[in-house]
Amino acid sequence: MLDYIKLAILGLVAICAAIAANYGLDAAYKLHALIIMVVAGGLFLWQLRRTGEPAVAVPTGEYMDGPVRAAAIATAFWGVVGFLAGVFIAFQLAFPELNFQWAEGYANFGRLRPLHTSAVIFAFGGNALLAASFYIVQRTSAVRMWGGNATWFVFWGYQLFIVMAATGYLLGATQSQEYAEPEWYVDLWLTIVWVVFLIVYVGTLLKRKEPHIYVANWFLLSFIITVAMLHVVNNLSIPVSIWGSRSVQVFSGVQNAMTQWWYGHNAVGFFLTAGFLGMMYYFVPKQAERPVYSYKLSIIHFWALIFLYIWAGPHHLHYTALPDWASTLGMVFSVILWMPSWGGMINGLMTLQGAWDKLRTDPILRMMVTSLAFYGMSTFEGPMMSIRAVNSLSHYTDWTIGHVHSGALGWNGMITFGMLYYLFPKLWHTKLYSLRAVSWHFWLATVGIVLYAASMWVTGIMEGLMWREVDAQGFLVNSFADTVEAKFPMYVVRGLGGVMFLSGALIMAWNLWMTVRSAGAKPTSDLVPAE
Amino acid sequence: MDYEFLRGLSGSIGTIFLFASFLGFVLFALRPGSKRLHADSAAIPFRHDDKPAADDGQEAQQ
Repeated sequence: MLDYIKLAILGLVAICAAIAANYGLDAAYKLHALIIMVVAGGLFLWQLRRTGEPAVAVPTGEYMDGPVRAAAIATAFWGVVGFLAGVFIAFQLAFPELNFQWAEGYANFGRLRPLHTSAVIFAFGGNALLAASFYIVQRTSAVRMWGGNATWFVFWGYQLFIVMAATGYLLGATQSQEYAEPEWYVDLWLTIVWVVFLIVYVGTLLKRKEPHIYVANWFLLSFIITVAMLHVVNNLSIPVSIWGSRSVQVFSGVQNAMTQWWYGHNAVGFFLTAGFLGMMYYFVPKQAERPVYSYKLSIIHFWALIFLYIWAGPHHLHYTALPDWASTLGMVFSVILWMPSWGGMINGLMTLQGAWDKLRTDPILRMMVTSLAFYGMSTFEGPMMSIRAVNSLSHYTDWTIGHVHSGALGWNGMITFGMLYYLFPKLWHTKLYSLRAVSWHFWLATVGIVLYAASMWVTGIMEGLMWREVDAQGFLVNSFADTVEAKFPMYVVRGLGGVMFLSGALIMAWNLWMTVRSAGAKPTSDLVPAE
Repeated sequence: MDYEFLRGLSGSIGTIFLFASFLGFVLFALRPGSKRLHADSAAIPFRHDDKPAADDGQEAQQ
């Protein structure tokens, strides 16, 4: 019966999408309608061929690792795509000729920048979090994923979201909210996928065989719930027409700005921090082969992070129309946030107590430790930059970009690479193809990040000082173009840092590919390619 | 439920409630005698690496 309902729904979606493609008012909307039509039509045929077949019994004695494998492959794939986009736009800034005339309006910096940020945060980071969530919740609950194929729906639904977001940016569909650029129908789709994600996650936790919910799950669950809340509130908008991608935000002015940075900062706080801390609390103990240094500290770390992070958003709006008390509140909470951040870092690092010698022989553990070091550095730098006096120098300069990248490349990137190197051999029941290649990846990535962060500190502080420099009469000394000219050498260094980081990721992709190939016969038949 | 009401609530009871519950969570984590439980919880990742627990629900290891 359920099969027939699925067929009816898929057929209906395909027809509606075809109508929408016909009536569509703009290119992005038309393309998305066509994508949905093809996907729904394809699923219809796939479902049709399976309808009436005898149901395959669900294996209860094993974990559901198919979606974990798929998400792990997708992480590596989207990582390379996102880093490549980043390297390209870095060189676009250094050499504006790379904004090709023939690609104007599609591949210029303004269109590619959100493509890069969304690709690395939501495609690379998001798939890493999907893989981690599915893997960790099963292992620490000692049960198979709840909800059958709903986990597959979450994976594929999320990939569809990524494809629609990315193609939308290139065609100019954006609601201009940082990290929340996708337009209304893409937002609605993500909401559905995310709610299913929450349901399968909580469903698995509810049927767990371990009496206690392991702390990594607390972080991952808080990430899922908070992102749902942030996504819904920040994307409250009214479509101009149901046949077009354009929409108008419900909030306006400073209210919209505050909502946006409440969202934006907590996307950092709960997507890139809480979610990845969940990863850290599982994979660092596993790789070090010893339990986390202090379980009590991990609980205090969790609650302190949850209670504090949500208030830090207004520090993005110093010296704006936002009332001073609100930005002071954001600043104070950002500074207090330093304590749980470093508590968590110490907890992760001290897990290696008595096993520090492993760092000499295990490049994967070295990656995880480096990621914790970068977590400590960027959570020191962030609170400092949120202080109003420092912010008056750093805001709108490249220092901010440098800060974001030391966090994203150093903390999120390195812990994800560590997780992938742990997961691939585990999931394909084999050994990692080459440890030497991991060492190469480690050094390329580390030196790349150092080049990136150092050049952005120099250019950011220089730019901030040049903007505020006044002569004896009180006139500004430098024009904007002067700062652009002065920044050129640093932009080239930054681009080279990006090339090194990308090369490391390519070595990783090759290494993981060879690992899977060396596994020989595929362990199960539900193996699927990422794309 | 107008702005003034919510503002008053968040500036008084709300803040106290959140701060007190935070202190409560921390004190509960630090309670004496919880060492064994915490050590047991910290060992969870090392138990069921390859396959789920058996259906009878009894934990063999403790």
